[in-house]
Amino acid sequence: MDVTVTLTVNGIERTVTTDPQRPLLDVLREDLHLTGAKYGCGEGRCGACTVLMDGKRVLSCVTPVSLADKKSIATIEGLAKGDSLHPVQEAFLEEGAMQCGYCTSGMILSAVALLQDKPNPTDEEIVTAMNGNICRCNGYVKIMNAVRRAAGKMRR
Amino acid sequence: MTENTTGKRPESESRKPSAVAGREFTISRRTFVQTLGAGLLITVTDSLSWGQRRGGRGGGGGGGGGMPVVARLHLNEDGTIAVMSGKVEEGQGARTELSQAAAEELRVPFDRIRIVMADTDFVPDDGGTSGSRTTPGNVPPMRQAAATARELLTRFAAKQWQVEANALEVRDGTITNKATNQKLTYADLAKSKEIAEAFKQPIESNIALTAVSDWKVMGISARRSNWRDLVTGAHRFPSDVTCPNMLYGRVLRPPSYKATLESIDLSEAKAMKDVVVIQDGEFVGFAAPSLFRATQALEASAKTASWKTVPQPSSKTIHAYLKEHARMDNARGSSAEKGFADAAKTLSATYTLAYIQHTPMEPRAGVAEWKDDKLTVWAGVDNPPAAQRDLAQAFGMPVERVRVIVPDMGGGFGGKHAAPAAREAARLAKAAGRPVCVHWTRAEEFTWAYFRPAAVIECKGGLDAKGSLIAWDFININAGGSAIDAPYKIPNKRVQSVGSDSPLAQGAYRCLAATGNNFARESFIDELAAAAGADPLAFRLAHLENDRIRTVLETAAKHFNWSERRKKITPELGIGLACGTEKNSVVAACVEVGIDRKRGEIKVREVCEAFECGPIQNPANLTSQVQGCIVMGLGGALTEEIQFENGKILNANFRDYQVPRFRDVPKIGVHLVNKTDIPSAGGGETPIIAIAPAVGNAIFAATGVRIRSMPMRCDILKQA
Repeated sequence: MDVTVTLTVNGIERTVTTDPQRPLLDVLREDLHLTGAKYGCGEGRCGACTVLMDGKRVLSCVTPVSLADKKSIATIEGLAKGDSLHPVQEAFLEEGAMQCGYCTSGMILSAVALLQDKPNPTDEEIVTAMNGNICRCNGYVKIMNAVRRAAGKMRR
Repeated sequence: MTENTTGKRPESESRKPSAVAGREFTISRRTFVQTLGAGLLITVTDSLSWGQRRGGRGGGGGGGGGMPVVARLHLNEDGTIAVMSGKVEEGQGARTELSQAAAEELRVPFDRIRIVMADTDFVPDDGGTSGSRTTPGNVPPMRQAAATARELLTRFAAKQWQVEANALEVRDGTITNKATNQKLTYADLAKSKEIAEAFKQPIESNIALTAVSDWKVMGISARRSNWRDLVTGAHRFPSDVTCPNMLYGRVLRPPSYKATLESIDLSEAKAMKDVVVIQDGEFVGFAAPSLFRATQALEASAKTASWKTVPQPSSKTIHAYLKEHARMDNARGSSAEKGFADAAKTLSATYTLAYIQHTPMEPRAGVAEWKDDKLTVWAGVDNPPAAQRDLAQAFGMPVERVRVIVPDMGGGFGGKHAAPAAREAARLAKAAGRPVCVHWTRAEEFTWAYFRPAAVIECKGGLDAKGSLIAWDFININAGGSAIDAPYKIPNKRVQSVGSDSPLAQGAYRCLAATGNNFARESFIDELAAAAGADPLAFRLAHLENDRIRTVLETAAKHFNWSERRKKITPELGIGLACGTEKNSVVAACVEVGIDRKRGEIKVREVCEAFECGPIQNPANLTSQVQGCIVMGLGGALTEEIQFENGKILNANFRDYQVPRFRDVPKIGVHLVNKTDIPSAGGGETPIIAIAPAVGNAIFAATGVRIRSMPMRCDILKQA
């Protein structure tokens, strides 16, 4: 039985009538045409589908859309303010922290969640927070640098 | 292949835009307006015809072969230059590197280049994107095209001003008469009919290219033009492409390899609202307005399916199986027996490799749209012309009615040579009468893609009384022959690669067989060094024949401080090194490994790698590639292994198949050697080959235990 879910996505209220068990990821990508969040594994083990729900990191591929009802969702598309990029996005560009870029939205949103929580993270805290995000081009070294750089930017 | 795919259509028909059907013209126009800006109509259609003429031949070397300048390059009136390449971008940096190549020879800044890649309607057939071939095989033709264009433009200006061409200077897209200061810009010349005519001349394959010492755009860390779209989510990967009215497709898979469908009840799926069900022999597919619904239809049907299965080997016994089925009658190479007869000491060892999966972050994806007898697919595939031919054959149509577009995709690592998802999407779309996308799930990617081959590698070596290596016998069963030759001075040597009967589908991988061959060889060299009582570095240097390897080995050892750290080895801390060559590049790595013998665990703490692939075309990109290879190499060395039994993959997910994560990343030092007196080679693969053996050698140095498998089963280090 379909249900109607109301969620605020990147600041805009959206209403979707659909199967409550459908993954939030599918609804974002198929119904709302926000393809920045990616399918990587479908079981919450790679982080490519990472979005923020009420400011917290969630894995949208294993989050039924019904759980997003009345929640605020931030996806990569909503991170920049107009032409001005979020400091984490800037840091990824400055460090060249992507190769194919498929994991990048998830990496950036995981970093945003981390830095909201811990503005001055240690390397160990970065590793712990980011360990659920897989990059197969294996650009971890530059991604670590980008997260450190972003932390510096956001403290300023 | 039908006649009309081989380029026998009349010239006039294929060249002129008027011959292109109106609707197709609209597609073309939309595409280049989008990609290149206005003013490109005729030129792009010209190059389209060029692509089609070559399309059926499958040549794909990317060479000149009489290709006109216009097939590669077009001046835009806004001063930008459109260039075309059949290569795909999958994170390795081809988009940037090819743009740099064109900019360099045209004497324009990097950001003046607009590159169109991997769209079979517009670009030349440059073959597949594999084997590290873009740098040696596609960059030179791009440079030749750009240099030819510059020459033609300069000659045109010289004629206009009635001076010798050497009286002119070309800089920043402007041709200047040095004596009079008269100027013509590329933007001015974009309007010239004479230039348009001149660009129909063939690219000069022997034209002088800019010397490395004069490079201004090549050799810099230029960034990918669509870089920003990757951090904003704006870039559309193959799995992000949508078409109006598109459906989401799923395909029924057998429960195990070689299982055949006996019966299935599709009535429940057929009764589902808005679901299209297709059964065509063994092919059973479902398309629905959402992936969720398509999956429900698939699952409802799959549980009713009855399959005939056949018993198959398992990963537990795979190495015995491969050895048993080895085609030893194919063995070649001269005998090393004399060397072994003279040897004072002889060692033998068997190394093994598991099947592993590429696991690109973006699984296979394809979108198919049938419109007016033409099939267009957007696909994640590294060989667009091969996919085009495959689709044409599958649907019994000429190749020019199939268009394959590859948006910059989410990784490949040699694992995306074919486009099965696009083919499935095309099949479903044809039946549904609507565009369909098929995105493979991770489990499908793990199961129905192909694997880097498993292997058994048998090594035998002989030392003389002074500890010099005098005999070598090396045989790879099943994985292949790349980098199989030992780059060492050994008077009696036999190396061979023999096939076997692989129970799993196997294919290319980042450096393919070179990963296993280097692991076995560099581990076994270490065994021989130990038997000779020699330092592993000194033993290699004493036997190395290849000076380029010598340079990177010495570079890595120096930065790692090998000799000092060698004195500090303990049972809990080992260091190791390895070197090798493949695809005309050379690599050496030193590693430090921490060992917990109680738990049977190791931790790679540091990797110091030196790499050389000729003149460096983009240092930042090359550094990323080397870092990526190092970390990917750790996966193959330590954790990655496909487990299977009776035709079923047992670990088709990221929980049970473990790829490297942030926590696994050691301290990494990358030392790029810029060798400018040879042509550039590709750099995205070879840096992977030294990691596994260096790790194994470090474990041995600390513990005296030699682990001869990839991945290394470190639990054998556990102390009782």
